[in-house]
Amino acid sequence: MAFARPTAVLLGKELQTEFRTRELLTTTVVFVLMVLVLFSFTFDPTSVESRRFAPGLLWLTLLFAGSLMLHPSFTREQTNDTLAALRLAPIDPTAILGAKILANGCFLLVAEALLLPIFAALYNLHVWQVLGRFCVVLFLGTLALATIGTVFSAISSQARMREMLLPLLLLPVLTPALIASTEATAGLFDETPYLSPQWVGLLVAFDAIFLTVTWLFGEYLLEE
Amino acid sequence: MAIAPPANSTRGVSIEFQNIEKRYGVRLALRGVSLRIDAGECVALVGANGSGKTTLIKIAALLVRPTSGRVSFWGSGSAHPLDDPLDVKRRIGMVAHHILLYDDLTAEENLELFAKLYGLDRPRERAVAALEPAGLISRRADPVRDFSRGMRQRLAIARALLPSPGLLLLDEPATGLDPAGQHWLGETLARIHQAGCTILMSTHGASEVHSIVTRAVRLAAGCLAEDSAPSGDPQRMLAAALAAEQGT
Repeated sequence: MAFARPTAVLLGKELQTEFRTRELLTTTVVFVLMVLVLFSFTFDPTSVESRRFAPGLLWLTLLFAGSLMLHPSFTREQTNDTLAALRLAPIDPTAILGAKILANGCFLLVAEALLLPIFAALYNLHVWQVLGRFCVVLFLGTLALATIGTVFSAISSQARMREMLLPLLLLPVLTPALIASTEATAGLFDETPYLSPQWVGLLVAFDAIFLTVTWLFGEYLLEE
Repeated sequence: MAIAPPANSTRGVSIEFQNIEKRYGVRLALRGVSLRIDAGECVALVGANGSGKTTLIKIAALLVRPTSGRVSFWGSGSAHPLDDPLDVKRRIGMVAHHILLYDDLTAEENLELFAKLYGLDRPRERAVAALEPAGLISRRADPVRDFSRGMRQRLAIARALLPSPGLLLLDEPATGLDPAGQHWLGETLARIHQAGCTILMSTHGASEVHSIVTRAVRLAAGCLAEDSAPSGDPQRMLAAALAAEQGT
């Protein structure tokens, strides 16, 4: 009760604010689109080449877009010190982080859904044949990015040089998830598509570990 | 942390700071402050900038942990002491330096959001009911970013009063209010104080709110320098604080 209800209320607030301003979603979609289009013109890929480097390119692009999108997640709570207002409320502090993780995950998934057809067209990939399995990988990779990104956004928002700090913290910690997502995606675009249980298992474990750590220590991340 | 449940009780101790010390890096913001505020008191915190007023209020609001010392809420005179910070927060309202409201949401949406977070029944009705006395009902559908400084402050005060707090913490609440707004604030605080709410506020200069002050406490360099409780004359200390503010 002290977690689920306020998380739902705060998620509603995050979605309401975003769909009113459309700041994060527009920026992310435009950024990812630009990178994908630019790389497709640079490499002019054939189907074989695409299968080789498109998964890595996709996940790197999503990682950079994520760090761009996740940065304002907590810094915009500083405008009127609204984070203090949330901390004053009689709610479990991890509900604040939980709502942010869910909201950021939703925004990333919406951006991915919009960009998936363009990605498939530009890189000659038959995404539709493996759509279900690809969605599983996208979901797990996005959850990792949203969880770690939100946590580090909370940490870096209180620091100097916060714009540079988030990518610096994010990239090394997300490396295992990035490798697992890329390898799992590469398997799906192989000539005989398969979903690697090892890489999916690693992603599941990564998500479970970091969600648990966030649950246990989230309260301290929000303190002044 | 010991807490007693009745939000509007006028018996016992509302909040007690015991030997509070707060350190930010090498700087000591508070140095061994001990202060006991009984339920129903209206205490004005005065002192120069940087004397520790805001830090003490943030500690009372559970926003900042003291480096050492202890804070207890409704600790004595309580038949059913609780031990849950969420129960304390349910009974506390706060007006801070910042307005603690979302610019992109309307006045009504902001108050409804906080009514939901405080678990209040019929949050929308509560939000509208809180806007009425603040004189903002006609602007309920406007985003906060379009409000003037005074209107934003009125809305911040309405937000703090939303859960009908037993302890109201105010950090310079008259900031940005015009004379009519200050008069409204004075009347509002007098009404809720009369209903049994304990008030702890930091204040600078002259304000309508001073008339309801029952006790003044002066902080200097993080220490409790003076307390009007023994003399029973808080207005003298407030006048001295105002004189110091104006440099006379």
